[in-house]
Amino acid sequence: MSVQLATKLRKPSRRPAWEEKPTPVGLAVKGLVLTAVVLAVLVPLWTVVVTSLSSRQTINEAGGLVMIPKGIDASAYVTIFSGGTVTKALWISTLVTVAGTAVSLLLTVLAAYGLSRPGSLGHRSLLFYFLLTFLIYPGLVPSYLVVTGLGLKDSLWSLILPTAVSVFNLVVIRAFFQAIPQELLDSARIDGAGELRILIRIVLPLSKAVIAVVGLFYAVGYWNTWFNALLYIDDNDKFPIQRILQSIVLQGQSPTFSGLPVGTAMPPTLAVKMAVVVVAVAPIAIVYPFIQRHFVKGVILGAIKG
Amino acid sequence: MSARRKPSKRHRVPFRARLRRDWPLLLMTLPGALVLLVFHYLPALGNVVAFQDYNPFAGDSPLQAFLGSEWIGFANFENLFSSDAFWESVWNTLSITAFQLVFFFPLPIALAILLNSVLSTRLRSFIQTVVYLPHFFSWVLVVTFFVQMLGGAGLLAQEMREAGLQPWNIMTNPDTFIILVTAESVWKDVGWGTIIFLAALSTIDTDLYEQSAVDGASRWRRLWHVTLPGLRPVIVLLLILRLGDALSVGFEQFILQRDAVGRGAAEVLDTFVYYHAIATGDYGFGAAAGLFKAAIGLVLILAANKMAHLLGERGIYSKS
Repeated sequence: MSVQLATKLRKPSRRPAWEEKPTPVGLAVKGLVLTAVVLAVLVPLWTVVVTSLSSRQTINEAGGLVMIPKGIDASAYVTIFSGGTVTKALWISTLVTVAGTAVSLLLTVLAAYGLSRPGSLGHRSLLFYFLLTFLIYPGLVPSYLVVTGLGLKDSLWSLILPTAVSVFNLVVIRAFFQAIPQELLDSARIDGAGELRILIRIVLPLSKAVIAVVGLFYAVGYWNTWFNALLYIDDNDKFPIQRILQSIVLQGQSPTFSGLPVGTAMPPTLAVKMAVVVVAVAPIAIVYPFIQRHFVKGVILGAIKG
Repeated sequence: MSARRKPSKRHRVPFRARLRRDWPLLLMTLPGALVLLVFHYLPALGNVVAFQDYNPFAGDSPLQAFLGSEWIGFANFENLFSSDAFWESVWNTLSITAFQLVFFFPLPIALAILLNSVLSTRLRSFIQTVVYLPHFFSWVLVVTFFVQMLGGAGLLAQEMREAGLQPWNIMTNPDTFIILVTAESVWKDVGWGTIIFLAALSTIDTDLYEQSAVDGASRWRRLWHVTLPGLRPVIVLLLILRLGDALSVGFEQFILQRDAVGRGAAEVLDTFVYYHAIATGDYGFGAAAGLFKAAIGLVLILAANKMAHLLGERGIYSKS
């Protein structure tokens, strides 16, 4: 299935003989639109990165955001990594992302495998139980009461557990597991392998791509967690990076820096703000290209089978 | 296909034997099922606080407070339905949904068709890589980018001032807020939205194009008579999903910008629940609004799916 789709998705890169040649106007319009779309994404990113690396003088000359770099001044990064709110928030977010992704993948992969065998005991009712979450909405108020009632207020688990299992991701992984030839699993079973062993030794090695994509989805979700932190985290020392980003960049609060020697000249506020934006984007931008090529396969498979 | 998949055979295996065979699978499913029980189904049941005068101080924990709070029937709903602020938030939500159906929904289709016509594979995958990226940004980041680009101290205002023009600040203007939030949603998700349409485009039989071209159909006629009918099932499916979700327009996006443009434009149902329950402590009232939203949402999705079946499409789920 996935192989078929993948080959189908690769279009021949030559114009078929029956297709008319594009008109110059059509070609120009097409090029303009696509260039505009790409620039709409790249220009803000570029501006933010360049400004974060600019000196006070460059920023003053530009009158604010800088688009044309003049030299590199990394003092904004030195400042935010020197300790204080931003550094702490980065550690918190890293911890939540790593732990959360691990917990989520564990729960989701186990459940997806447990639900991958039609005809097993309770299969239909369990599957219904998981899929029903798409129709029934938990509600903000009772969710808040449940999480605080469990004593998770100001605990980092409040950023992980409520979103630990995404049924959509589960459906995607389950579809992938079901596409693995059953004969392979049956022969292992005859050889006396238990289900956990089959999952670890046979199924998982065949499912690296889909696990990577789902893992990325989870990781991005945890890195981006903001609203749950607004709800459940009151302790400033446990704020994840998105809360800090919001308070520094959108609400204009000044961050504190603890590790700088007394008397150090502060880098321009705008550069610091933009540096915070960059560190909030960076992990996503770095991991993304490696996993991007798997998206289409993973997402489509889930969409078609789910 | 293993024999296990046939239902007739399944019933011949006695329960005990199936339990002995399948207990590892059940055990594997259990942790995930428990998480959903606690963090999804328990709160779903917890919506009954909408029928209570929930008092968080009636006990030491929310559970005790729940048990100790008074049941007041539909009083919260009566208050809710007589609240102007509530109807304003419903109106805002529905306007934004309608606006985005017209100005956002068609864009991924158009972009997918455009991308599909790019012949160079490398160029196409470069564009795809770039336009998918913002989907992975948090709303805090998206709003930040818009403030930095279009806000009062942003790049656009900066350039306009330099050119001697009077800059305007779209980020704080309630009258254009609906355009702003749509632009933000487009920026974040138009690229991502193309994936499903690109997949659907790739399943359209190229012979259809060739034959209609041979029969003299121009490229626009082929678009109308081959491409769009090929995309129809996906379009219908996504329309249903969107209609079923008509009362959700996003949450973080609005909370983040509510202070800048004011409640009048930025209060949607979800933020209404947040500000009237969590922020002020009137839990029963907020839960009533949430339950109203959930109930209408369920009706909408079932109705939209029914409509799809009547139109002869597959819909989200079938009766099988």
